[in-house]
Amino acid sequence: MDTGDTAFMLVAAALVMFMTPGLALFYGGLVRSRNVLSTILQSFICLGLVSLIWVTYGYTLAFGTDVGGMIGNLEYLFLNGVGTDPGPYSDTIPHLLFVAFQLMFAVITAALITGAFAERIRFSAFLVFTFFWTTFIYLPVCHWVWGGGWIGEHGTLDFAGGTVIHINSAVAALAAAIVIGPRKGWGREAMPPHNVSMTVMGAGILWLGWFGFNAGSALAADGIAVNAFMTTQIAAGAAAFSWLLYEWKFHGKPTALGAASGAVAGLVAITPAAGFVSPMAAIVIGLVAGVICCLAIRMKALFRYDDALDVVAIHGVGGLWGALATGLFASLAINPDGANGLFYGNPGQLGIQLIDALAVIAFSLVGSLIILKLIDRFIGLRVSEEEERQGLDLSQHSEVGYTL
Amino acid sequence: MKKIEAVIKPFKLDDVKEALNEIGVQGMTISEVKGYGRQKGHKEIYRGAEYVVDFIPKVKIEIVLPAERIEEVVEVIRKAAVTDKIGDGKIFVTPVESVVRVRTGETGPDAI
Repeated sequence: MDTGDTAFMLVAAALVMFMTPGLALFYGGLVRSRNVLSTILQSFICLGLVSLIWVTYGYTLAFGTDVGGMIGNLEYLFLNGVGTDPGPYSDTIPHLLFVAFQLMFAVITAALITGAFAERIRFSAFLVFTFFWTTFIYLPVCHWVWGGGWIGEHGTLDFAGGTVIHINSAVAALAAAIVIGPRKGWGREAMPPHNVSMTVMGAGILWLGWFGFNAGSALAADGIAVNAFMTTQIAAGAAAFSWLLYEWKFHGKPTALGAASGAVAGLVAITPAAGFVSPMAAIVIGLVAGVICCLAIRMKALFRYDDALDVVAIHGVGGLWGALATGLFASLAINPDGANGLFYGNPGQLGIQLIDALAVIAFSLVGSLIILKLIDRFIGLRVSEEEERQGLDLSQHSEVGYTL
Repeated sequence: MKKIEAVIKPFKLDDVKEALNEIGVQGMTISEVKGYGRQKGHKEIYRGAEYVVDFIPKVKIEIVLPAERIEEVVEVIRKAAVTDKIGDGKIFVTPVESVVRVRTGETGPDAI
């Protein structure tokens, strides 16, 4: 046990927790005012539902002793045997603290998906989806990459969850946008964000929390954590700036929403790489992330799916770029427990990153589609047209965000 | 008696108010309104998607005056509100049948 590491990881876990209400504000500002509370609640309630899943059977399936490379065993069911002594994932912090830290990741991953089906999903269907998706998609993928499963064994580098969290949730978001269909009036009516200030504030909270997310993934208050902290800051700043410049040049004006979106894109992209690449590599990762994620938003018009809040463009494209960039820029000089990437003489790493990302994409896409189709068949995913026009705040929750 | 309704650019309200004070106009009612004429709306851009917002914020001033003062007051408002750019607004003049002061019950021009 190390009290310094423990103190740091307690703070890191709390910071990651704060990302979920931050995401709630980020998303809440982007929807129309009649859906602000339903959107916020969809993020917020993940703190309840996913916490319960995690401490009963979730943690053990993700991080219990590996069974065939696919899933953890049931040794920690109901946190049996998990206490304040160090566990198998770190010698220096309590096992229970590792459970808490990873819990926050599971919460925000579920919350990220909600941006795709915002403004039209039934709350009950959303809860059932989150329950099944976390159980059947998140837990296995988390195990594959971090819990001793086949992807980790294959040699993929995913420092803080680019594949587990961002690619995984964005693919589910794509599946959800396709199955649930576009919002009424999409493509014909303007659906501008109702409060961009709220969105920028949410992005700021996400950025703050991301230090816990990325630096905390070192699981110790050490040099790797410091490197991850700095690469996080640099990539986010670079991406905010490059998105802003790109839209200034090609859409005419620099916007606050662009800067905030760019920051999140940069944070996503650096996530898998944070503890493996140098601060200078983080500049490139961030600058590229800002531009390609901004470009990626056009895909939804091209392919005619209504990913309402651009989860696919920002978390999917940003996450995939981050996974590949890790294969380009990773260096043993930064992290001796990692690997060298293409630019450090190991081109094979790029292939590993790509294959494993594609495997997660395929699994998450097919699994999410099956879950969504089943829910649609048995419960119904979508609110009625009248309820959608009225807004989900009133129709699902009998409350309104603003009485001005 | 006549009523002047002047729909102007919001940032010109102070200029108009001062100009009217100078010529002794006693009171006015203002409201924040939205609309468009030849100016049309403005463009908003969110994540690269352009939205045209039709209705632009304006301020509407309402003043009721004896008929003989109308010409002078309309000209003062026009001069104070003009920017020579599109969207400066409109001034409407309509007849008013009666005015009652709530406190005293006075009617007609005395009540203005």
